[in-house]
Amino acid sequence: MLKAYYHLLIRDLRLSLRSRHELANPLIFFILVVTLFPLAVTPTPEALQTMAPGVIWVSALLAVLLSLDRLFKLDYEDGSLDQLMLSPNPLMILVLAKVTAHWLLTGLPLVIIAPLLGLFMSLPADAVSVLIYSLLLGTPVLSLVGAIGVSLTVAVNRGGVLLSLIILPLYIPILIFGANAVDVASDGLPVTGQLLFLGAVLALALSLAPLATSVALRITASR
Amino acid sequence: MLEAQSLECIRDDRLLFNDLSFTVAESEVLQIEGPNGSGKTSLLRIICGLRLAEAGQVLWYGESILTNREDYYANMVYIGHLPCVKGDLTVLENVRSLLDTRSLTLSDPEIEAALAKVGLASYEDVPGKALSSGQRRRILLAFIELSRARLWILDEPLTALDVQGVALMESMILEHRQAGGSVVFTTHHGMQLDCDMSSVQLGRKKEGSRC
Repeated sequence: MLKAYYHLLIRDLRLSLRSRHELANPLIFFILVVTLFPLAVTPTPEALQTMAPGVIWVSALLAVLLSLDRLFKLDYEDGSLDQLMLSPNPLMILVLAKVTAHWLLTGLPLVIIAPLLGLFMSLPADAVSVLIYSLLLGTPVLSLVGAIGVSLTVAVNRGGVLLSLIILPLYIPILIFGANAVDVASDGLPVTGQLLFLGAVLALALSLAPLATSVALRITASR
Repeated sequence: MLEAQSLECIRDDRLLFNDLSFTVAESEVLQIEGPNGSGKTSLLRIICGLRLAEAGQVLWYGESILTNREDYYANMVYIGHLPCVKGDLTVLENVRSLLDTRSLTLSDPEIEAALAKVGLASYEDVPGKALSSGQRRRILLAFIELSRARLWILDEPLTALDVQGVALMESMILEHRQAGGSVVFTTHHGMQLDCDMSSVQLGRKKEGSRC
């Protein structure tokens, strides 16, 4: 079972690394949006600092949302998804492997580049480290919850709008707590509560989202 | 080993078939026949457990396939219309990743032998996107050959194959049957199989007749 997880993870990573331009899209989107903001508003350090948590978190969320479509689309189109569903291994494990690959290739690069953008938005050092923690806990949830939406809409032509409608409401708590943690940290207040909440949501998503995704995939295939 | 009990399939408010029952025994080759749109692919997807039947059930050694997926899927392999081939992976990697979904780890020589058998010798390191559609189908032939499944469910396996490819498919089915395996397939191309075959007719007023 672990072997099946590992093999699929490696396959997905290898496939994505061979079409790198697709890979860079979410990251470039993230950097562009955050860097364009100071150009469009008055770039005083105080103003930037108040906006930074929200801007960075919203951009990260949208970057993940844009990349979600590819999670199952290619496998659905070439029939590989059928083969995954006919695997003797639990579909949940395979879903988890695909989501892990998705997070490693979209969420993790965002987490790595975020501190630079935080400094760019003149966040204090304490807030930058909280930004990293909050994204580290929050972006896997975005991938996990997003997978549920993608598995429901993968068979729909131009399912992008539907996808946003389904998962944006589920993303909002993550956005609120993630951005709030950074905001509070830049005022020098403790943020344990927000980070614990994000951790709890991650644990919940990790245990339930693969199950929900695999059921949704079976429903999609039965059409 | 496989038993379909009074299956019913409705697609877009059209009844494709109802009360369809048949069994597949060991060493049996079963052809699903019927015109376009008569529900052949739907039937195959139902007996794979990919699609749910409106009524009826499919049993694998007496147990419903939906509650017994693990055992059933370890023993069956399904090939649909779609090629399942990744353009960015090489032929060898494609076969390997298909086998990985079945948790089969085979050595390179074993896979290369199967590729040679299906006419893809020396193509191991060619990326999937450089292959013709017939060659992509041949990757799937190598996959079913290596899958160690006892039941093959093949949806139009001859699509895009040339004359040698068709002969190869036929000989593979005969070999598989001799080893005690079973095959359920659909085809619009003439398949000349030198063995006993049973068939299920779809798309007639009275369905489910067996010859």
